[in-house]
Amino acid sequence: MLRDITLGQYYPADSLLHKLDPRVKIVGTIIYIAILFVADNVWGYLLAAMALGVMIVMSKVPVRFIFKGMRAIIFLLMITVVFNVFLTPGRVLFQWKAIKITYEGLLIAGTMAIRLIFLIVGTSIMTLTTTPNQLTDALEALMSPFKKIKLPVHEVAMMMSIALRFIPILMEETDKIMKAQMARGAGFDSKRLTDRAKSLIPLLVPLFVSAFRRANDLAMAMEARCYRGGERTRMKPLQYCSRDYMSYAVLWIVLIGAIVIRVLLPAMV
Amino acid sequence: MELIKTKDCVYEYVKHDADGNECGKVRAVDGVSLDVEQGDFIAILGANGSGKSTFAKHLNAILVPNEGSVYVDGKLTSDPDNVWDVRQCTGMVFQNPDNQIIGQLVEEDVGFGPENLCVPTNEIWQRVEESLKAVGMYAYRKKSPAKLSGGQKQRVSIAGVLAMHPKCIVLDEPTAMLDPKGRKEVIRAARALNDVENISIILITHYMEEVIYANKVFIIDNGKVVMQGTPKEIFARVDELKQVGLEVPQVTLLAHELKSRGLNIADAVLTEAELIEELKKCSNL
Repeated sequence: MLRDITLGQYYPADSLLHKLDPRVKIVGTIIYIAILFVADNVWGYLLAAMALGVMIVMSKVPVRFIFKGMRAIIFLLMITVVFNVFLTPGRVLFQWKAIKITYEGLLIAGTMAIRLIFLIVGTSIMTLTTTPNQLTDALEALMSPFKKIKLPVHEVAMMMSIALRFIPILMEETDKIMKAQMARGAGFDSKRLTDRAKSLIPLLVPLFVSAFRRANDLAMAMEARCYRGGERTRMKPLQYCSRDYMSYAVLWIVLIGAIVIRVLLPAMV
Repeated sequence: MELIKTKDCVYEYVKHDADGNECGKVRAVDGVSLDVEQGDFIAILGANGSGKSTFAKHLNAILVPNEGSVYVDGKLTSDPDNVWDVRQCTGMVFQNPDNQIIGQLVEEDVGFGPENLCVPTNEIWQRVEESLKAVGMYAYRKKSPAKLSGGQKQRVSIAGVLAMHPKCIVLDEPTAMLDPKGRKEVIRAARALNDVENISIILITHYMEEVIYANKVFIIDNGKVVMQGTPKEIFARVDELKQVGLEVPQVTLLAHELKSRGLNIADAVLTEAELIEELKKCSNL
């Protein structure tokens, strides 16, 4: 059962977005989020929708796959919509006893929902087209200015990539420990929440012990291979090429477009 | 000049009881002296807890001796300035394959060592290719280590060390967690490196079958070297080996028992073929 969990939902394909430098994709995602929050009228949202549509087509990831990520936030989405619809004051459209729906409520709920959906889809396009390794590399590169104020950027990136490497190993281990404890009569499927929480103790204690032991071994193996922190060369260095510069240009143009739309055209609410 | 030279190497650690109080010192390594020449295939044998792994860690400057000295390629390991040179010169492969693979792809893991040595990017790729080919894992370079068998993972670990261009590779019980097929793969890879590239191999193990290819064998018990010699010389002393808790290969044991019952068989028969030859000689009489 634990094997089914997939972390980092990379979808391998041969597309322009996959080939793009991961740094561009991270910056692009940030710009895209900025565009979503700059938009305050129909034209702004249309621009964001267009940008999203173009990205989905370029990524060559099946649409079904992209929207699978939506299931996780459907609950959050519903709460946001319900609260906004019923609790926003303004011009009343419909009233029944204490419940009233206002024009402003509908508008805000609608834009909120669109923003959330666009946000999730936009960011999941980044994780779908970028391997976890590329992501950590890009984060390290983008954060490197912070090395000047003594932030351990390289170490944090290394920790992230090692954590990713050990996820499948620890999953397998959890599975093993669970089976071993079940063979000794432990139950993990009790209906009561307190029992369930208690049953996790014989699972978590051995798991933690073994994780520390692994960490110790790994640290020794890394030292034995001359690892000494930041000062090292790269086997796969990140290198910008012309398509990356072009993407940067396009991104900035779209952002400026979004700002112009906000400034020149009237807001909806 | 010897590649590795240890002189009366002693390693002690303070033992703690369950409450964390000190309760005496343990001498894990007790005065080990041995020399390794370039191109040697050395096997260090010992039962569990004999101190063989602790000793192995001295060859890579992970541990430094409390007394005595360890020289690797003429450099004293206890000098902090020499640590990185020593570790580049003698690579180390550990027991658990999962706990020593750092990369998320086979090729990235092999590149980890050269990256740390600040080798230029082009040369890293060259070294990765050579090393993976040397252990026969080149076809798997784009695979995730999680998808490999135990023997394959250990070969990747060996390639990772090899890419650092060491003069000597220390294998610390590399086969303890593997099935028989994986064990054979790993030993074959180590022998090939020794034969073809003339890299010294120091194999720490408790499987007697694996040491028959070594040109020198050391038996460690309680932190001391109790026997040394060629595999032939060592295997002739079956009773002593049993005393230090080691299992003799079945063929050797059978030959030894037959000899002690009066059959005219040579000492230290190591392979089935040898035993068959010996038995044929007997039946001709």
